[in-house]
Amino acid sequence: MGAFDFLLQGLATASEPMMLLYALIGVTLGTAVGVLPGIGPALTVALLLPVTYRLDPAGSLIMFAGIYYGGMYGGSTTSILLNTPGESASIITALEGNKMARKGRGGPALATAAIGSFVAGLIATLMLAFLAPWIVKVALVFGPREYFALMVLAFVTVSAAFGDSALRGLTSLFIGLALACIGIDQLSGQARLAFGVPELLDGIEVTTMAVAMFAVGEVLYVAGKSGQEDDKVEAVKGSVWMNRQDWARSWKPWLRGTAIGFPIGAMPAGGAEIGTFLSYATEKKLSKHPEEFGEGAIEGVAGPEAANNASAAGTLVPLLTLGLPTTATAAIMLAGFQQFGLQPGPLLFATNPTLVWGLIASLLIANAMLLVLNLPLIGLWVKLLTIPRPWLYAGILLFATLGTIGANPSTFELGMLLAFGVVGYVMRLYGYPIAPLVVGLILGPMAEQQLRRALSISQGDWFTLVQSPVAAVLLLIALLALVVPLIMRARGKGQVLSQLAADED
Amino acid sequence: MSTGDQQHARRHPVAALIIAAGLAALAGVMLWDSARLADMGGYSGVGPASVPRVVAFCILGLSIWTVIEGFRGDFRHPEHQRVSPVLWVIGGLAAQLLLLHPAGFSIATGFLFAMVARAFGKRNLAMTLPIGIALSFVVWVIFSQLLMLHLPAGPLERLFFPGG
Repeated sequence: MGAFDFLLQGLATASEPMMLLYALIGVTLGTAVGVLPGIGPALTVALLLPVTYRLDPAGSLIMFAGIYYGGMYGGSTTSILLNTPGESASIITALEGNKMARKGRGGPALATAAIGSFVAGLIATLMLAFLAPWIVKVALVFGPREYFALMVLAFVTVSAAFGDSALRGLTSLFIGLALACIGIDQLSGQARLAFGVPELLDGIEVTTMAVAMFAVGEVLYVAGKSGQEDDKVEAVKGSVWMNRQDWARSWKPWLRGTAIGFPIGAMPAGGAEIGTFLSYATEKKLSKHPEEFGEGAIEGVAGPEAANNASAAGTLVPLLTLGLPTTATAAIMLAGFQQFGLQPGPLLFATNPTLVWGLIASLLIANAMLLVLNLPLIGLWVKLLTIPRPWLYAGILLFATLGTIGANPSTFELGMLLAFGVVGYVMRLYGYPIAPLVVGLILGPMAEQQLRRALSISQGDWFTLVQSPVAAVLLLIALLALVVPLIMRARGKGQVLSQLAADED
Repeated sequence: MSTGDQQHARRHPVAALIIAAGLAALAGVMLWDSARLADMGGYSGVGPASVPRVVAFCILGLSIWTVIEGFRGDFRHPEHQRVSPVLWVIGGLAAQLLLLHPAGFSIATGFLFAMVARAFGKRNLAMTLPIGIALSFVVWVIFSQLLMLHLPAGPLERLFFPGG
């Protein structure tokens, strides 16, 4: 059976009423958290992990994917109307979108963002569906050393390749790897770094870490900054519909944004932001109205928004086919799979095709739901932006701690939440990225296992790691991704890289 | 802001040194812990202590790198932060942690809610505390009774749900 048949079967699974309900809950929650400043899709999925523990795996995963897609849609609303990006992939949208809103063209800006997201989501999800079986075929011959090399590549690209400081990215990654060592060693059964504390034997809960880093750290940081002038919400004036000229100027940026965003998401390069920056630069160069850029050019909203959604779909390629998360949200979704005893990767396509293809097909449905939720109901989402800050952040911490207490109602767990929250606060103060830590915590044990397996097979010969051509090439790329940016920064060309900084979500 | 910038400029190496010291301490703990593990390398020659050791040495290296960057003045100074709201949020989390088991989810989380709201400018605890407790109680009912999540019950919860 080809990808097309699988996709049709998946559509049948995904259009069962219960699955539609899960998808609807997911996209609604996702849009809400995308709109609200201070919480992103990674945190929301982490909070829902304990709640979904008893629910249906397929439904829960469909809900998580809906949250991911919805977060990408919702973020654009905040950027356009508030000039404060709701999540990091929408920073660029804020540049042109907020200018448009101030000129009374907020409606068309929201419309081009929503329709662009839909077009990009549709094309990118179809690309995911047709690409996945190919990668699965390749990945089936991967052994431990190839997986280890892939994970090393993901570590490097998530931490050191982009952003303004390799030191900070690597420090964050290695703190994550250090925390990943805590608990019982999977291969020998020995307790590591547990210091006789029984709570530590199971290792550090991903949920606790994500909530501490994304919710507690963020709220502390915003609290420290509070008291500065409040951002003004721009009212949506006039029609939300785009006129003929808007359409004419939007459709090419949508397609170009998709073409840029999807491959970047699909490569283990981390972050939807990079695609949005590249798309913005491309549109600025190709536009017939370059003078409008910086003053509210519709191309500058259409392209990056499409790129942002296309890379969200792209991120699912390595996650589903290789089990390799390249963003914080994907890392938390991996934890979601593991909670149900599922390991994403080539085998999952063979052992549980209904689930995988149902998930992919549900993305198409979620995408259509999001278009409906976001265009006619935009007024509702704008109201969310007017929640007073004290209630908003008090509520965020209420639900954040609820997730942790729900997973494990112990004082020790809450103590860890507080301690890591303070760590997350200090990391934000000094510009340390958060995503490498989360990816390190989740991928660390898997990388260690693959490494030790590979070395067991070769009876301790380290050269085995570079004797397979695939692994050697992957490790070489990882080395280049580590060294080339260091040289670029040393030569004073760091600005390009810090513009490509990958942020939290 | 020029005086503030100068203050920050003087503080850079200090912040970098503190972070570097923290990293070195983390590496030290990992090395100390891995030293007491029996290294059963088996066929691979790589046992449970190997990876923590490698990670610890990398962290030591990063710690030294941090010191160098600190002295080169590359260390980014933080934006101006106000201390009291941060302490209110930390206090709220600490209050929830201490009250959770003796007083139950609703009262403990009500304190958290009110103290975080205080950090963001709602100063009237006499108003925010009851709101917080009421809201937390509603959340407790939904999540513990309908979604079967294990949330610690206290006097308030037992008053309404004697069995739960």
